[in-house]
Amino acid sequence: MGRTLAEKVWEQHVVRRADGEPDLLYIDLHLIHEVTSPQAFDGLRMAGRTVRRPDLTIATEDHNVPTVLGPISDPVSRTQVETLRKNAAEFGIRLHPMGDAGQGVVHIIGPQFGLTQPGMTIVCGDSHTSTHGAFGGIAFGIGTSEVEHVLATQTLPAYRPKTMAIEVTGELPVGVTAKDLILAIIAKIGTGGGQGYIVEYRGEAIRKLSMEGRMTVCNMSIEAGARAGMIAPDETTFAYLKGRPHAPSGEAWDAAVEYWKGLRTDDDAVFDKVVEIDASTLTPFVTWGTNPGQGAPLGSAVPSPEEFDDPIERSAAERALEYMGLSAGTPLGEIPVDTVFVGSCTNGRLEDLRAAADILRGRKVVTRTLIVPGSMQVKKAAEEEGLDQVFKDAGAEWREAGCSMCLGMNPDTLKPGERSASTSNRNFEGRQGKGGRTHLVSPQVAAATAVTGKLTAPADLA
Amino acid sequence: MEAFTTHTGRAVPLRRSNVDTDQIIPAVWLKQVSRTGFENGLFAAWREDPSFILNNPVYQGASILLSGPDFGTGSSREHAVWALQQYGFRVVIAARFGDIFRNNSTKMGLLPVILPSEVVERLQAAAEADPTVEITVDLAEREVRLGSEAWSFEIDDYTRWRLMEGLDDIGLTLRHADDIAVYENGRQPWLPTTV
Repeated sequence: MGRTLAEKVWEQHVVRRADGEPDLLYIDLHLIHEVTSPQAFDGLRMAGRTVRRPDLTIATEDHNVPTVLGPISDPVSRTQVETLRKNAAEFGIRLHPMGDAGQGVVHIIGPQFGLTQPGMTIVCGDSHTSTHGAFGGIAFGIGTSEVEHVLATQTLPAYRPKTMAIEVTGELPVGVTAKDLILAIIAKIGTGGGQGYIVEYRGEAIRKLSMEGRMTVCNMSIEAGARAGMIAPDETTFAYLKGRPHAPSGEAWDAAVEYWKGLRTDDDAVFDKVVEIDASTLTPFVTWGTNPGQGAPLGSAVPSPEEFDDPIERSAAERALEYMGLSAGTPLGEIPVDTVFVGSCTNGRLEDLRAAADILRGRKVVTRTLIVPGSMQVKKAAEEEGLDQVFKDAGAEWREAGCSMCLGMNPDTLKPGERSASTSNRNFEGRQGKGGRTHLVSPQVAAATAVTGKLTAPADLA
Repeated sequence: MEAFTTHTGRAVPLRRSNVDTDQIIPAVWLKQVSRTGFENGLFAAWREDPSFILNNPVYQGASILLSGPDFGTGSSREHAVWALQQYGFRVVIAARFGDIFRNNSTKMGLLPVILPSEVVERLQAAAEADPTVEITVDLAEREVRLGSEAWSFEIDDYTRWRLMEGLDDIGLTLRHADDIAVYENGRQPWLPTTV
């Protein structure tokens, strides 16, 4: 019987297999940031251990960094960032600090440097590590104990998750994006639907996505509960990688591409679960609740809790509507928004900024609008194209790179009761600041919403 | 890691689903660089509501959390596990857990127990009817007991052994350092380094 892509990549990385034990899995790349690493480095010091492969490890500062120029004013945040600097220096790990041309959100910089390649195992103390699976590797988030484990051993003990295929048939209609697709998938299978699985996204609509779009899809795999999401590499993948600083070159490139071409699910392989979704039926999608599965087409209305048969889902919907300050039956397109955020590891890449700029060009925003590039390199590229000027002309704020308003760890937050349209990945209670209310949207919907002040699809702009 | 064999204690019924790790410990608490002091951050936003279950004095000192399904979804922050442990919890019982949270728990000795929703609801009802009722979670027997009732739960042999012995994963892996070195010598030559 053939093997799935996930099985092939997993098997390639098994260091040791023994009956009754998890596999010992080799990790090709370990990404580090300031939030989930300090206690891991402390653990190493206390046990007198070293970092086994600093040359397979890279660090950046992202979660705490302010997105306006200047030092970190919060002393606790500053200490955390300084702790990363000390640890990176002590253990010999490459670090891209604030202000460095290579700095950015951890899941943006890996692909940007060409460090994320097909067939690799990649981990980071961050659940959105699933992003890197867009290149056809197995990439997943880990906790601090596992960060310490990888630092010390460059391996992780793990049971291989089950495999799920999400077959996306048909083509995405014009104006419908990778973000709408993944929000629709999460709404379909639920926040627990992917638990225990590695998801492989397949089908015509996936093949037609750019690498940026594929990263957006894989990024939110965790919001469906999946440990990882992946997409088989193809010519789009190779074209993205070629010439990047850490991509192979010359003969090594040819050998790598030859190997990467074999990284696909065999025709006779069997997945543990298969889910199908027809891309051609999709429209712009937004969330109305407090978990990423509570979403609906922007053209529809806030659902009534009574629509949910399952009593647990029903009470979750009741609670979500109360927190969000919404009433059942209100058209989603009439919900007023105070703040628009374009950025994050989900939608902070150049393509996302271009999409937002295309809508804001020649228009004015009526909300507080933060445009936050995912990395300094994305910022530079956007400025070279003049996107920054488009945003400024529209009245939006053009910021420095960082996680920004995706999570309430830096100065970019919502105030209690404030409502955002956000291109990030989580609409949890308080995620963007205590009492803040979040609607997850695509960059296109975010930009259109900034123009009208209420949740809006670009097609509905005058 | 603290070893876990069996634990008997009072329980808090948390009748909510999708208790994500941002609720268990909000991001503002993650700026600490130590492993201690997280108990005050546990459910920090929810605890501001006087009617929140953890604020009910009858549940003070409880050590078992009975949650709705999909507990610990979202962020990979292990701080969620530290906060629960430092507050005094030894066990969380739910019908489903976020994968990363469950993994983090077993690294730290906080036992995540998966039981069907109807059983969790039965336990929640018991803890609501009588907050002093004690529940036993027996890892050796893979069993949860309440009075004369008992329910078995699944956990793989290896994780159970590691929890019962309180073993450090890194120490176990370093016994296989030779295997790691052999693997490293056979890695594909084009794989990137960060140098």
